[in-house]
Amino acid sequence: MIQAILVFNNHGKPRLVRFYQRFPEEIQQQIVRETFHLVLKRDDNICNFLEGGSLIGGSDYKLIYRHYATLYFVFCVDSSESELGILDLIQVFVETLDKCFENVCELDLIFHMDKVHYILQEVVMGGMVLETNMNEIVAQIEAQNRLEKAEGGLSAAPARAVSAVKNINLPEIPRNINIGDLNIKVPNLSQFV
Amino acid sequence: MVVTSLKLQDLIEEIRGAKTQAQEREVIQRECAHIRASFRDGDPAQRHRQLAKLLYVHMLGYPAHFGQMECLKLIASPRFTDKRVGYLGAMLLLDERHDAHLLITNSIKNDLSQGFQPVQGLALCTLSTMGSADMCRDLVPEVEKLLLQPSPYVRKKAILTAVHMIRKAPELSSVFLPPCTQLLQEHHHGILLTTMTLITELCEQSPAALRHFRKVVPQLVQILRTLVTTGYSAEHSIAGVSDPFLQVQILRLLRILGRSHEESSEAMNDLLAQVATNTDTSRNAGSAILFETVLTIMDIRSAAGLRVLAVNILGRFLLNSDKNIRYVALTSLLRLVQSDHGAVQRHRPTVVECLQETDASLSRRALELSLALVNSSNVRAMIRELQAFLEYCPPDLRADCASGILLAAERFAPSKRWHIDTILHVLTTVGTHVRDDAVANLIQLIGGARELHAYSVCRLYSALANDISQQPLVQVAAWCIGEFGDLLLEGNCEETEPLQVEEEEVLALLEKVLQSHLSLPATRAYALTALMKLSTRFRGDNNRIRQVVSIYGSCVDVELQQRAVEYNTLFRKYDHMRAAILERMPLVERGGTRVEEEEKESNKAAQLSEAAAPVPAEPQASKLLDLLHLLDGSSGEAPCPPPQDPPPGGTLVHLLDLPCAPAPPAAIPDCKAFERDGVQLNLSFIRPPETPALLLITVTTTNSSGGDVTHFTCQAAVPKSLQLQLQAPSGDTVPARSSLPITQLFRILNPNKAPLRLKLRLTYHHLGQSVQETFEVNNLPVETWQ
Repeated sequence: MIQAILVFNNHGKPRLVRFYQRFPEEIQQQIVRETFHLVLKRDDNICNFLEGGSLIGGSDYKLIYRHYATLYFVFCVDSSESELGILDLIQVFVETLDKCFENVCELDLIFHMDKVHYILQEVVMGGMVLETNMNEIVAQIEAQNRLEKAEGGLSAAPARAVSAVKNINLPEIPRNINIGDLNIKVPNLSQFV
Repeated sequence: MVVTSLKLQDLIEEIRGAKTQAQEREVIQRECAHIRASFRDGDPAQRHRQLAKLLYVHMLGYPAHFGQMECLKLIASPRFTDKRVGYLGAMLLLDERHDAHLLITNSIKNDLSQGFQPVQGLALCTLSTMGSADMCRDLVPEVEKLLLQPSPYVRKKAILTAVHMIRKAPELSSVFLPPCTQLLQEHHHGILLTTMTLITELCEQSPAALRHFRKVVPQLVQILRTLVTTGYSAEHSIAGVSDPFLQVQILRLLRILGRSHEESSEAMNDLLAQVATNTDTSRNAGSAILFETVLTIMDIRSAAGLRVLAVNILGRFLLNSDKNIRYVALTSLLRLVQSDHGAVQRHRPTVVECLQETDASLSRRALELSLALVNSSNVRAMIRELQAFLEYCPPDLRADCASGILLAAERFAPSKRWHIDTILHVLTTVGTHVRDDAVANLIQLIGGARELHAYSVCRLYSALANDISQQPLVQVAAWCIGEFGDLLLEGNCEETEPLQVEEEEVLALLEKVLQSHLSLPATRAYALTALMKLSTRFRGDNNRIRQVVSIYGSCVDVELQQRAVEYNTLFRKYDHMRAAILERMPLVERGGTRVEEEEKESNKAAQLSEAAAPVPAEPQASKLLDLLHLLDGSSGEAPCPPPQDPPPGGTLVHLLDLPCAPAPPAAIPDCKAFERDGVQLNLSFIRPPETPALLLITVTTTNSSGGDVTHFTCQAAVPKSLQLQLQAPSGDTVPARSSLPITQLFRILNPNKAPLRLKLRLTYHHLGQSVQETFEVNNLPVETWQ
């Protein structure tokens, strides 16, 4: 069983924190910090397995991590999971993120934390592996995103209206209309064009 | 609200823009205030944005509990956007310990039965993450229905939710067992993968399920075979291997099913051999499958040839250049070392090489495995390797390595001298990391090896002269020098180079230990005692020793001061006894573990209580034992004479006469035990409230006949679980028609509230006859022992 999935950057800032076993909030933060310290000590050319810290589980739990550019993906698992299998699972997860976000980078994870959670929910559920077929996962996520957009109809209306107005091709408006003695000053509408 | 609250993206921007922790806190607190206000009276359409912001803030570690009720409202909303965030919030913020979590149950129920697929998926996901046992029981019918729905997306989620439900409420396994057979026939890999997990969980929980699922072994073998032989499948293959995750799960399940079951193991043999030989291990996925295969082979009843193949595969992996593979190989070998010790021994040289890894995880595994591989034939070589490892191993492994070496040395030491050498080496290298009892063990070991006293003391002296910082070593050395100082001076140890040591040097060294700031108080105590012992071992005058001892008489450390004062007194007043007191120590008994000691104590306690149970100062002890025997046999032996109604007033009077009877808290009715020719025996009972296990019986013997009763004795016996104490009777004569009865007090301890049985034997002279009566009192009131 997977006990926790943590994603943090090279400075220890959490980007995704998902626990599948209940811990109080302070303990959760402590675990993130402790895991970061443990993982930071590792060189790049040694194995991806670590014995867990003292806070998360006991001797049965291992940390399996992968380092991608600026991010560490850490899965905390117990002995019922295959270690090499989890390495592949991390790879599947990252590739799925890549497909969903088009060349994912850390900023995508930062600004779309909720979307990352939704993607993760399609891969791992309740601490167990749910689906590993990337195409299926991506298809599901896209369907759900479409649903959200369709629903966003009402509340997104003002934004749409503004963007619609912006796109109207208004004919050239003269600044001054001179009709005989009348001098009408046309207000500047450029901000709406 | 004049100030508009930020969108999630903007909030994140602002938090990232904060230069200091304090600034970040400020931004977040301001935003949380907005969120709280918005929850109270904000636009329901915007609620999901607010919760999303709150969840982000929660991930950074700030309190977010005020969002819990919002999650509930969002889940209940009909919009998918709201539900999505609401369920995510429920998973992150709620758990079993909050009462709010039960409120979601209804929403989940509605969503499971009426929602469309993505909504059902969300509900199932939430249930499997934070569902409590009660929630699971409530929602069983809905989840069960979803197991057999046509859409694979929902089905696979329902299956995993079932796994969670079984974990929380094991009695639900009976509900989820039947659908498994049908689920196995599906082709969708997601369903198959989750079904494997479900079956695995069911089998692990109940042996009955395990037996049931053994029937599907052929089916599983078929599925696996299809996967293995199928070529490239665009959907599920990872690095050219088709769905390695599913293969691994199937192998795991086969392992559980085939364990200690011949038939199933046989069904899998061929397939396992095929997988083991044909899997391409150039990529990680293939290696993962191969490892699972090896572990499965070793766990089931497989053919011998297959097992050898499996262990050889592991040995090959040990030489792989990929560190991950080596790590998993070491872990697997560690799992096998108990069951297949011989096979793993063959790879010992490779394992020992792995000790030299720079990678801490690898070297830790290698250390554990090496320690497990030590046996009596390879102990010298292995310990040599381990000692070399000890010298350069990383600090966090030192303690484990040291204790491992000491344990292995204790179990397999070929000779005492080797053992002492090994321990000495460990103490000199990493003395500070050894366990506390290492000192005591070594002292005991040296003390027991008479022939090695000279050798030990010479070596310890040299070691001490080199370095006085390793405390355990210093303690042992000080003890040895104190005990065997004369042997040290003789210097004729044949096993090491002869050491020429002068008395003054030895004393100087011990004084150095005493004065060094590196020495712990315990070490100083050892050194002081050693100095004192040398006063009898050395032949020179003892001025130096006396000086040191008297100086420490005013030491700040109380322990040292006490010792010094005592030794000083020994010098001054009891000099004639000094030699006798400071003789060689006898060998200390190897103290067993605490458990043994407790057992000994409890044995002693049991003996004492048994001794207390028989009647004290009874001349006819043998007859009493007979009584006990009779009592412990079958019940109802001696017939009891029919009791007559005793005059109630009389017994009460006797009760009040008694000097030592406390006031009865709840009057237990008296019982008449015996009546014959006017001689009556009445029992009255008292149970003091403060000691409910104690029962005080007052036996009152009255004589309403015309003749005297003389030489009256009363003996009693109770069942073994009770303890009986008889106090001396008030007399042994009851005159005729007298109102002066004989009273005797019985104390019975009944801690286990066992039913009270009482057997009495009376002997007396009455009316010119010698009477002996033995009977069991069988009208004892129940209150005496409940």
